[in-house]
Amino acid sequence: MAVYSTNEFRSGLKIMLDNDPCAIIENEFVKPGKGQAFNRVKIRNLKTARVIERTFKSGDTLEGADVVDMEMQYLYNDGEYRHFMMQDTFEQYQADAKIVGDAALWLKDQDMCTVTLWNDAPLAVTPANFVELDIVETDPGVRGDTSGGGGKPAKLSTGAVVRVPLFVQQGEIIKVDTRTAEYISRVKE
Amino acid sequence: MLSRIRAFFATRRVLEVETPLLSHASGTDPQLAFFTSNYNTPPITQTLFLQTSPEFAMKRLLASGSGSIYQICKAFRNGEVGRFHNPEFTILEWYRVGFDLTHLMDEVEALFNDLFDNQLGTPQRIAYSTVFAHHTGLDALTFSHQAYCDFAKRENLHDAITLCGENHALWLDFLFSFCVQPHLGKNALCMIYDYPACQSSLARLNVNNPLLTERVEVFINGVELGNGFYELTHAAEQNARFDAEISMRKNEHLPLAIKDTRLISALEAGLPDCAGIAIGLDRLLMMLEKSAAISDVLSFDVTRA
Repeated sequence: MAVYSTNEFRSGLKIMLDNDPCAIIENEFVKPGKGQAFNRVKIRNLKTARVIERTFKSGDTLEGADVVDMEMQYLYNDGEYRHFMMQDTFEQYQADAKIVGDAALWLKDQDMCTVTLWNDAPLAVTPANFVELDIVETDPGVRGDTSGGGGKPAKLSTGAVVRVPLFVQQGEIIKVDTRTAEYISRVKE
Repeated sequence: MLSRIRAFFATRRVLEVETPLLSHASGTDPQLAFFTSNYNTPPITQTLFLQTSPEFAMKRLLASGSGSIYQICKAFRNGEVGRFHNPEFTILEWYRVGFDLTHLMDEVEALFNDLFDNQLGTPQRIAYSTVFAHHTGLDALTFSHQAYCDFAKRENLHDAITLCGENHALWLDFLFSFCVQPHLGKNALCMIYDYPACQSSLARLNVNNPLLTERVEVFINGVELGNGFYELTHAAEQNARFDAEISMRKNEHLPLAIKDTRLISALEAGLPDCAGIAIGLDRLLMMLEKSAAISDVLSFDVTRA
């Protein structure tokens, strides 16, 4: 794997730090006029998603991490693992609950999502920004209501619970923003 | 800004000068990387260095009797690029014959008051060890590895322990940069003086305390704007410091520096007692314009040059 110097640290670069794959978020060059130059770097640990700050001497190097984001289709959940497939090669990958994390709330069979691979093994799963899911349970709405006002909780086929306007009915399909878990609109079949 | 600076020095009868950007010799400071260029006059080819500051040439003028002088010019430092750094930048450097650091700080204050239309807060002058102790609780002049490490652990700066090891100067660079400097000069001019002796190559040692040097640094809003010295005039001492830095460069496998023997001869001939300071004008303009990045005040930064 390539080796990167602090001068090459750019936002998004994937590197290895303390044996974990990490992504550079921010890199600031700090140098006293007559002293040692440092780079203060904000780094996200891709395993834990935690953000840390580290300081390096300018010119220090870190090993690159073999991390890539792949578009894959979500296939099914066998109880222990969730299975994903590359659309072009039909190559399949499995990921346990720890790796899938909260993405599980938004994964519907056959939907596309992003699987982050580290050394060809799933590291994280990111659902599409917008997904369309069935409402399996919600209180009956009141005719005439508009989208304003308080709304009510609705349980979706994946188990996620989002707030929807009062007029939205059980059995309908809605579009949800997975980044904020917010209702966007109803979807006509 | 430039015309106001020139007017300021004109009323004070300081002469504007110009010196070569290209020189046969280079600075020896291991922390400053220089640019080299090829000078071709067949059959002779020679390496010339772009200056990292106009200091050496200006000192040669002082030694030949120029009196007080100032210069606005470009300086070049290889590899320095960031929010506050561009490898090619503009320096205002001036030398005052007969001034000591206190006089020089008075003049810096006057210049800044003029440029900022007296809009800055009350200027501060603080000794390095005082401000260092205030923000870290540590003694800057006496190195205690244990105390420095304990502080780093407490402040969650574990990297400092591995990076700095037993190197006192490096510890000071690290802790000053990250724990002290960001707090200096909230919308006001802040001048730090009496630097530890290990933190300076061209300043005189303090006559009363050899642990201190006659160096001053200028800050506004945590940004370093300038660096000044009560200048070292002793040729042999300067020569020895150059040699020490050259061998340090060799140990660290840095590009070979060519010692400026013409400066040494000028010092031998006699540099008058003087104090001098360099101000980074791009950063000063950032402060005047409240810019977030040096690229905002440059026509074209290095990535677009």
